[in-house]
Amino acid sequence: MSRARLTVEQAGPLTTLQDRGRPGYMRFGVARSGPVDRLAFAAAHAAAGNDAGGTAIEVSLGGVALRCNEGAVGFALTGGDFTATLDGRRLGSWHGGTLHAGETLVVREGAGGNWGYIALAGQPVARDWLGSTATHAPAGLGGGRLDVGQVMIIDNARDCDVLAIAAPNIGGGPIRIVTGPQERFFPADALAALTTADFRPSTAFDRMGVVLVGPPMVPTSLAMLSEPLVRGAIQINGAGVATVLLADHQTTGGYPKIATVITADLDRLAQLRAGSSFQFHAVDVATATGAARTAAASAATYLAGLRTPLSLAERLLSANLIDGVADARAE
Amino acid sequence: MFRAVGDSALLVEFGTSIDEATHLRVLALDAALIAAAPPGMTEIVPSYAALLIHYDPLETDAAAITAAAEACASTAGSAALAPAEHIVPVCYDGDNAPDLHAAAAALGLAPEALIARHLAAEYRVFMYGFAPGYAYLGGVPASLHLPRKAEAVRSRPVGSVMIAGGQCLVTTLPMPTGWWVIGRSPLHILRPEAARPFLFDPGDRIRFRRIAAADLR
Repeated sequence: MSRARLTVEQAGPLTTLQDRGRPGYMRFGVARSGPVDRLAFAAAHAAAGNDAGGTAIEVSLGGVALRCNEGAVGFALTGGDFTATLDGRRLGSWHGGTLHAGETLVVREGAGGNWGYIALAGQPVARDWLGSTATHAPAGLGGGRLDVGQVMIIDNARDCDVLAIAAPNIGGGPIRIVTGPQERFFPADALAALTTADFRPSTAFDRMGVVLVGPPMVPTSLAMLSEPLVRGAIQINGAGVATVLLADHQTTGGYPKIATVITADLDRLAQLRAGSSFQFHAVDVATATGAARTAAASAATYLAGLRTPLSLAERLLSANLIDGVADARAE
Repeated sequence: MFRAVGDSALLVEFGTSIDEATHLRVLALDAALIAAAPPGMTEIVPSYAALLIHYDPLETDAAAITAAAEACASTAGSAALAPAEHIVPVCYDGDNAPDLHAAAAALGLAPEALIARHLAAEYRVFMYGFAPGYAYLGGVPASLHLPRKAEAVRSRPVGSVMIAGGQCLVTTLPMPTGWWVIGRSPLHILRPEAARPFLFDPGDRIRFRRIAAADLR
């Protein structure tokens, strides 16, 4: 088995190593971390032929550039509509290839999305904390942020002959929420605004959360004790501004939560580019649970399809279909 | 009181105040659920007056978790816990206590009187929150209760001992904070490389012991 060495030539501040996450330590103040967009992360590993849940690179709008110094390693890029070049040759988003010694892979902000994933075919060497290499970005624990000049080692590196990667159909429409647990802290007009007004993600986002632009939903009271929070919580501060909590969220908070984004829709919200308009739609817990199960079943089928090697004819067909999707999106 | 939190968590509320009796009920249910984890429960998080139960919606649902929590709550009672006691060394001198004089002035106390009262009290670990290893301690005497400062100060060092309202904590990461930093401890509550990386458990007893600046290492 071979080993590849990469050097980080450029990296935006939100470029980190992530694995599937670190459950079990929220009682000690440690969020689970892991990828902000969990399906795109899983897709990158499946397309790269890796086991699910291993270490991959998460990149945001600041981009990343990786130069291969030694060996060769396959890669799969997924997530938002990032643009990529492999040694100057333009690749689309949702694309794979092999990075050879002397070549550089550059991933840059594209037309949409906030988070991208680069799975490297093999095992990247990453620092483990509490059984996970996921980076808890505010603390810097786990695999860590990628910094310029850093060397990455990939053990058991393989080539990757995947070209275009079929993106999942994650649907669209309103972002579904379950109201509460502190909806009683809000006046009726704030609750009405939550499900009728337009909201937009702001440019204030990171792995902890995204601040929304929308109508003020000012709580009638802030008199509550700090209590544990979930990923997806819509926390409202005293000025009525909403923040949706993401993978590295604070584990407790003392501001009221007007609602919680359902599991099936949270990562789609996190990928919405700042300024994109959307609405919230309230559902009950049973509907949210059903949606989580449906989404998990669809994801499993989709990921199994990515893992199955395709014939050349099927690959070409798949690439054509993807072009079709891209064209449809462009219209 | 049980409240659904999205499709993956259930919040069990025991009250709305910071007191030992309420907290004991939280910890009792916490212990009971750890001892008899219902299928699909992924992790549980105790706080001042509530317990959050995380579950996997692919394996269980809110109704099943509520039923399991109700069954545990009816038998859990108030836990006979055996809390550990920890002695936390603190230096209250000079640059290690950047807000000591302002806090004392705001309270109408001499700095040494503030220190004496802080040292005399016994504290309880109510919960971890916010960031890794941030243990929220209750038990600050009423004569030392101060609201947060109007503006946060950037990047206080690790080990800052600070107070706000009835709470005290020893920081584990450099973070901006609006709390009053009255001392510094060499004790690391978060030890990332240790087999037991979090020094305290919720329910533990804490006392502070004064040390000289020379003993800060």
